[in-house]
Amino acid sequence: MSMTQNKPVDNGVNVEALLSARQALTEAPQAAQFKWRATCDWVKGTHSRTSVEGFFGLGEEQKHRTNFTFDADHPEIFASEDHGATPVEIVLAGLASCLTAGIATVAQNRGIQLRSVKGTLEGGMDLQGILGIDSDVRNGFDGIKVNYTIDADATPEELRALVAQSQKRSAVYDIVTNPTNVTVDVKKA
Amino acid sequence: MRTTTVVIGAGHAGLAMSHCLTARSIDHVILERGEVANSWKTERWDSLRLLTPNWQSRLPGFGYQGNDPDGFRNMPQTIRFIEDYAASFSAPVHPHTNVTSVQSQNGGYRVATDRGTWDARTVVMATGYCNVPAVPALAAALPASIRTLSSKDYRNPGQIEPGGVLVVGASASGTQIAEELQRAGRQVTIAVGEHIRAPRTYRGRDIKWWMDAAGVLNDRYDEIDDIARARNVPSLQLAGSDDRRTIDLNRLTSLGVRMVGRLAGVASGKLQFSGSLRNLCEMSDLKMNRLLERIDEWATANGMDREVDPPHRFEPTQVEASPPLELSLEKSGLKTVLWAAGFRPDYSWLEVPVLDRKGRIRHDAGVVAAPGMYLLGLPFLRKRKSTLIDGAADDARDLAAHLAQYLA
Repeated sequence: MSMTQNKPVDNGVNVEALLSARQALTEAPQAAQFKWRATCDWVKGTHSRTSVEGFFGLGEEQKHRTNFTFDADHPEIFASEDHGATPVEIVLAGLASCLTAGIATVAQNRGIQLRSVKGTLEGGMDLQGILGIDSDVRNGFDGIKVNYTIDADATPEELRALVAQSQKRSAVYDIVTNPTNVTVDVKKA
Repeated sequence: MRTTTVVIGAGHAGLAMSHCLTARSIDHVILERGEVANSWKTERWDSLRLLTPNWQSRLPGFGYQGNDPDGFRNMPQTIRFIEDYAASFSAPVHPHTNVTSVQSQNGGYRVATDRGTWDARTVVMATGYCNVPAVPALAAALPASIRTLSSKDYRNPGQIEPGGVLVVGASASGTQIAEELQRAGRQVTIAVGEHIRAPRTYRGRDIKWWMDAAGVLNDRYDEIDDIARARNVPSLQLAGSDDRRTIDLNRLTSLGVRMVGRLAGVASGKLQFSGSLRNLCEMSDLKMNRLLERIDEWATANGMDREVDPPHRFEPTQVEASPPLELSLEKSGLKTVLWAAGFRPDYSWLEVPVLDRKGRIRHDAGVVAAPGMYLLGLPFLRKRKSTLIDGAADDARDLAAHLAQYLA
C-alpha cells in the first residue's frame, strides 16, 4: 500500500532470490543450519584483531569474498592506545547494520523506495559494573536507544511498520534482547 | 460398523458439518470423546464469555433467537446453544466415544474407538486446535515451589494462591485472566509476546460488527498475501462482557498489572524476559490501526460516516521506560505461573501420513493431503473467521460440497 506501488522500486535488494531461498529452506530445513565464526588474536594491551572469513551453511563450508578484520581497543581515557572501536561499539555496529539491512529488505518487499536511511544508536552503561565497584550494576548496557531517520516514498505509519518488522526479523536484535547460552573453553597452546 | 463419513468431534464445527451432510443425505456419525460441546463444558474458566456477540453465531440452519443479539454468551449459554443445535436436527452424535486411531484402509479409513471400530470412505476432523496448551521448554527449569497451570485448567481466582502470579501470554485469554486475578487481589505480572490489540467497540459499533460488515472476516485464504503467516497470527485480544469494556494492556497497567517482555529464560533463580516488549506493542498498535483504517475506508465508501461516531485512534500502548528484564523467584513473591501462550492440536491418534515435520496436518484449505479426509476449525483454514463459531458455516458448506463430489 505504499504511495509508489506503480513505480518499480529498487533498494538494491534481490527480494526474489531471498523469497526463493526461503522456499527452498522451508523444503530442506537442514540446509538452513548455519554456523557463523570469528577468530580473534590478541595484539597488545587491550588491542585485538578479529577476522571472519569462513562460515558453514547450505550444507557445506562457505567463504566470504575476502577476509574481513575488525580492530578493537579501548580509548585513551582508559589508558589504552585506541587502535579501534570498543567491543561494545562493535555490538552497536552489529545491531545497527542488522536493523538497517532489514529495513532495506522489508522496504523492497513492500514496494517502498528508500532514498536515505540513517540510524543513530546509543547504549548506556554504568562502568561501576565492569570495574567491579558495585555488584548490583550489570556489566552490559542498561539499555539501547535507536533512532532512525528515513527518507522514502511512504507514510510515517508505513515507516514505523517497516522498522518494527525489521526488528521482528533481526538476528542481532534477538541476540541482544534475549538470553543466549555462551560456552567458553580454553586449552594451553 | 460401517458409515460413509465419520466426523470426529461434536463441537460447533463437527455439528455444522453434520448438518451439511444431513442436508445432502450423506450417511454419517459424529464421534465425540465426551459430550456435545465438551471442551466448552470442561476446559473453560467460570467467568468466560464468548468474544463474539450473540447474533454472530450463525450455524447452518441455526442462529440466535433471543432478545439480546449484541450480548455475549456465558459458558452455560454457549453450551446450551450448541446442545440445542445438535438437537435441532437430531445430529447422529455418539458421545463418550474416544477415537484411538484413524488409519487408511482400502481407499477409505478405519476409525478405532474405545467403543468399537468404524469403516468409512471419508473422515472429517473437527477436533479443534486448542487441545494441548503451548508450554515453553523452559517450564521444566521452574522450581517445584512455583505452581504452574494452563488457561485450560484455570477456573477462578479461588484456585490461585495469594501472592504473585505471572501470566504468560497477552492474547484474549491471558489479558482476561490477568485482569480477573489482579482485581481479585493477586499481584499480576504479564509476559507479553506477539498479540493483536483490538478495541471492543469502535465508532459506536462492536468491532466484530465492523469486521463482519467490512468483509474483514470473509477474507479468503487464496486472496491474501502470505497464508502461512496469516495462519500463525494470534487471535484478537478481545473479551466479551456486559459493560463491553476493552481489556488491553493499557487497562491492565491502570489496574496495577506489571507488563514484561516475552518469557525468555530461567537462570540463577530468576525469570528472564525479552527486551523486545516495546516493539511487540508497537507492532500490535500498528496492526490495530491498519484494521481501523480499513474499517474507516469501508464506512466512507458505504455512506456510513453520518450514521456512526467519527473516526478516532486509541492511545498507544504505554510501555514503561525500562521494563524489568528479570524477576527473582525468591524475592518477588511469585507463587504461580499461568500459561496462556496458545495451544497446539493433538493428532496423536492420526495414523494417516499427512503430518508435516512440525506435526501440522498438510491440507489445502481444509482438504487434507489424503483423499476423502477433511479438516475444520483451524486458524484461517479457508477464511479469516474460520476459528469463530460463525466461521464454521461457510467452511462446512464448502467442504461438504467437496466431500460430496469426492463420493460421487
